[in-house]
Amino acid sequence: MARARDPLTFAQQLDRLEEIVRRLEAQELDLDEALKLFEEGIERLREARERLTAAEVQVKQVLSDKGGNLKVEDFDD
Amino acid sequence: MVDLLSTEAGGLWQLAFEKTKAALAKDGLLDPARKRPLPPYPLRIGVVTSPDGAALQDIIAVTARRWPLAELLVVPTRVQGDGAAAEICAALALLCRIEGLDLAIIGRGGGSREDLWTFNHERVARAVAALPVPVISAVGHETDVTLCDLVADVRAPTPSAAAEAATPDLGDVLVELAHLGARLARGLAARSGRVAERLDRTFDRLTGTLERRLERHRHELSGLAGRLDALSPLRILERGYALARDEQGRVLKRVVQFPSGLRFRLRVTDGEVAARAEES
Repeated sequence: MARARDPLTFAQQLDRLEEIVRRLEAQELDLDEALKLFEEGIERLREARERLTAAEVQVKQVLSDKGGNLKVEDFDD
Repeated sequence: MVDLLSTEAGGLWQLAFEKTKAALAKDGLLDPARKRPLPPYPLRIGVVTSPDGAALQDIIAVTARRWPLAELLVVPTRVQGDGAAAEICAALALLCRIEGLDLAIIGRGGGSREDLWTFNHERVARAVAALPVPVISAVGHETDVTLCDLVADVRAPTPSAAAEAATPDLGDVLVELAHLGARLARGLAARSGRVAERLDRTFDRLTGTLERRLERHRHELSGLAGRLDALSPLRILERGYALARDEQGRVLKRVVQFPSGLRFRLRVTDGEVAARAEES
């Protein structure tokens, strides 16, 4: 469940990035706000790219133990 | 193996298929409006399939290539033979309990046409329809559609195709990110450009005001200069008067200031002349 650590899912990250770009393009911000948004956008862009390039697919096996509890373990293929 | 579907028994199976299909349809499970869109960037994908089949290997390979962000949670089950339907239903029930699942694939590699029958069981079809997340079915053949295919949100011809349908392509997403980056930069540049323009305009207005004020002052100054000019003693000299000053430049205005023999200077309109006081 390593991915549960990520505060945002990739889709949410991308949504936020798109929102930032749209607001920046909408032209109703003062320069201070625009700069702040730009910085956040760059940071999110970097995070997203890092996430994509560092990723390696994980394969797990889900079983149920005798007590009916979920058991997740690495899948050896 | 005898081809059951072409025998009389096959006709009975066809009958059973139609009957079950009608029952599912009656409950609205085949309604196209039920079909859910697939999430664009799934992080947890549940896979119900045989753990040692080519289907799973294909799904893993395609996902690793296209979308390595994904975590594949495999719920192993037999997909053919006696008792397979019950096992699949148990696997689907397990799948429902996984937290944070984005998507499910139910897959099956090659096999005989008869083996497809597992996926025509009403129990299996209803369990697939009941999944809380969108599901891709890759269990049929090109020519044989199963009831599991019909209730799924998306039907894929092969397990590889299911994995392709389930995932975005990493390269496409990186290109999309690059576009967003470019828009980000352009957005800021446009924003700062507008600020620069505004500064320019303000500056222009400011300097415009200054210039107008200077112009006004220049007018006033030239008026003053005219008046000063009129008052200038030089203008009086022009009219024929002369100004007498001693060697130190003091103006000599009275007779007593002119003792006999005093050397002084007379300023007339076009210059100075040296002069001396005579005995009066």
